[in-house]
Parts: sequence; structure tokens; C-alpha cells
Amino acid sequence: MRSKFDEQLALLHKELMTMGALCESAIALAAAAMEGGDTTKTQKVFDYSAQIAHKERDIEGMCMRLLLQQQPVAKDLRVISSALKMVTDMQRIGNNSGDIAEIVNMGHIKAAHDKLHIQDMAQATIKMVTESIDAFVKNDAALAKAVIAYDDVVDDHFDRIKTALIDLLRAHDADGEYVLDLLMIAKYLERMGDHAVNIAEWVIFSITGRK
Amino acid sequence: MITVNDLCLWYGSAQALHHINMAIPEKSITALIGPSGCGKSTFLKTLNRMNDLIPGVKISGEVLYNGENIFAPGVDVNMLRKEIGMAFQKPNPFPMSIYDNIAYGPRTHGITSRIQLDDIVERSLRGAAIWDEVKDRLKKNAHGLSGGQQQRLCIARALAVEPDVILMDEPTSALDPISTSKIEELAISLKEKYTIIIVTHNMQQAVRISDKTAFFLLGEMIEYDDTEKIFAMPRDKRTEDYITGRFG
Repeated sequence: MRSKFDEQLALLHKELMTMGALCESAIALAAAAMEGGDTTKTQKVFDYSAQIAHKERDIEGMCMRLLLQQQPVAKDLRVISSALKMVTDMQRIGNNSGDIAEIVNMGHIKAAHDKLHIQDMAQATIKMVTESIDAFVKNDAALAKAVIAYDDVVDDHFDRIKTALIDLLRAHDADGEYVLDLLMIAKYLERMGDHAVNIAEWVIFSITGRK
Repeated sequence: MITVNDLCLWYGSAQALHHINMAIPEKSITALIGPSGCGKSTFLKTLNRMNDLIPGVKISGEVLYNGENIFAPGVDVNMLRKEIGMAFQKPNPFPMSIYDNIAYGPRTHGITSRIQLDDIVERSLRGAAIWDEVKDRLKKNAHGLSGGQQQRLCIARALAVEPDVILMDEPTSALDPISTSKIEELAISLKEKYTIIIVTHNMQQAVRISDKTAFFLLGEMIEYDDTEKIFAMPRDKRTEDYITGRFG
């Protein structure tokens, strides 16, 4: 009786998965580009970021059409309204990946940053983004809750990196551009963790009706 | 104001309502939804004993209206229907003038004064948001009105005997969208003074106008809650399946 609507919902789900996969690729590649200032990688991050922005507009259009045509209620309404909110956070993740790539392109990030464990922070953030999207795909509220809890890990990384950078400045052991660029990267990663938390919260809302 | 306790109803040997329990708050709109044959219209008609007219009907349980069981011996059914009025799916104006349609009820209740009747007619037609459209042709036959106007006339006719409760059985299912939205606006304005219980097949209508919604299925009341809750986060899977169009 509602096969057309079910088809449209399945397509929406598929599109969100595609957009989520693009976010995972963008952030992973941005983290990899930090390693050696690799500009072929950063260019690819920009491409992903553009694709993500495009997907956001496509999915928004789908959601608006579904709201108009199907006048959804209950779980259908929750899924579609959650999708509308989630794509904004995914698009920001794409943007933040692009921001990191831009910083890498400036060439101030050197191998010395390893001892600050920025890669550990990047991996923790990738884990949050990946699992928030997994929680959506698998309709898994418990996994979404775990993502929200894991934000503390990313926040702790940020605090440690900030402290380490301040120590470097105090010791006059680093140039200012390097320190500020690294702090910006850490901040972008921390923001991406927050966006993953938002996605996880919308997953929980779509399942339980509560945020 | 209306409390239904363990209400069961049979048409002959077929049970049409199974142990219905609900408390309907006053000065609000309660929507009854469910697939055809689920018992929602039967339930609505039970509230002012319209089912008494059908042979072979048997009822158990009670409906308390202002604390009194409407099925108790000695209840004056005419008085009950004055308190609990009704508008039907198909507008059914009497084949007489607009004025006489409205004055009919008050006259049967003994009001003969022309001044009083004029006042009731104007007040009722204003109350049903149709006064401006008919004030210059009160003596014309009501059958000359459009379907939407006829439905508002019938609601005005129900208002003329000063009821507390108005039952509406799919009042807009035969109307175009403009007339439908007029009836919906009317229902919302009427709830300031009256308690309204409406059967509707139009889910969006229930969402738009009602405060509470009850979902009926196979003679049972499956779920009854605030309308927003029913349509955002129903508790019962059967409710979810019905309102999302998975069956019905």
C-alpha cells in the first residue's frame, strides 16, 4: 500500500550512507595528508568536501519532497526530520576536513608534530564519525550512545595537545605558525567530534523519539 | 466530563465494541481514528444513545456524563441528545427554511417567542460561522445552500439547543478543501465553549485540530493519548502501522 513511500525511504537511507562514507573518506584522508604535507591528498579532500556539500543539497531536496508528498508521521517523520538535521552535521564534517587540508597546504605542519599525538586524536575522531554513521545504518541506539560518551576521549586529546603546544611556546621550541596551525587542526578535529555527537543524538531521536 | 467504563456493544451476536475505557476532557477536541468497521462510529453514536434506534443492540458497561450513567433507567434520551448534539457525515438539513432549521430544536423544547427565536437563530448561525453568508436569505430553503454551508447549518442547528458536547461523524468527508478548512476552523473555535468528539478518516485533520486521539481497531480502543504523542511516538505497533499507512 505504501510501496512507493518505502522505496523513497530506502533511497534516502542509501543516500545518507553514501554521504556518511564520503565524510569518513574526507576525514581519514585529511588525517593522512597531515603526515607529510601531501598535496595530492589534500586536493582529494577538497573534492570529497565538494561532493559532500552536493549530497547535502540532494538529501535536503529529497526530505522536503517526502514531507510534502507523504505527510509522514511517527517513525517516518522522525527519520526524515533526523535526516534533515544529520546532513547539516555531515556537511560540517566535510568542511572541517577541507579546513584541515587547507592548513596542511600552507606547509607549516612538520613531522615533529607526532610527539603531540595529533594522529591519535584524528583516529579517535574518525572512530566517532564512523560509528555515528554505523549507528544510523544499523539503527543502533546503544552504539549512538557509545559515540556520545566517546566525545570525552576526543576532548581530552584536545586539552593535552593544547597544553603541549603551550609548553612548546614557553620553551621557545617551535615557531608560532606551526603551533597555531596545529592548534587549529586540533580544534577542527574536536568540532568534528561534536558533529558526530549531534549525528548520534539524531539517530537516538529517530529510534526512540527522545533526544 | 465523559467517562467511559468497560463499554461493550453487540449488534445481535456480533460484538462491535470490546471493553472501551476512556476519559474525554471537556472543552477540547477528541479525534477517533481507525479503519472502516473498527467501531469508532458505533462508539460515537453510543455517546448520545443513537444506537438505541438499531434493533438487536445490546450494551454493557457505562458512559458517565457529568457523573451520571447515560444508560441508567429514567434517563430522558431527548434531554441527553439536547446536551450531546451531533453532526453527520452527509449534511442533512430539514426541507424547510434556514431559519426554521435552526428554530426547530428550540421550538420542540417549548420556545415560541419570536424575539427569543430570532436571537437563537442569529447566535447559532454566528456560532457556526455561517451568519454572514445566510443572513439575507433566512427564509430561503436550506437545500439551496452548498454542501459546506449545509454542514455548517447542521452544526448551527446542533448549537441552537445549547448543547455541551458536539459529536461529529466524518463531518468533512463529503466536502471540498475550502469547506473542509472552514469546518476545521469552526471546530477549533467551538472548543472554547463545547466538548467536541470527531470521527475522521483524514489523519492530517486529526493532527491539525484535535487535542487527543483514540485509535480503534476491530472494536477495541488500542491507544488513546495526546494527539501529538499518537502521531509522533505511538506506543502500540498497530497504531504506528495504521497511521503510517501500513494497513487500513
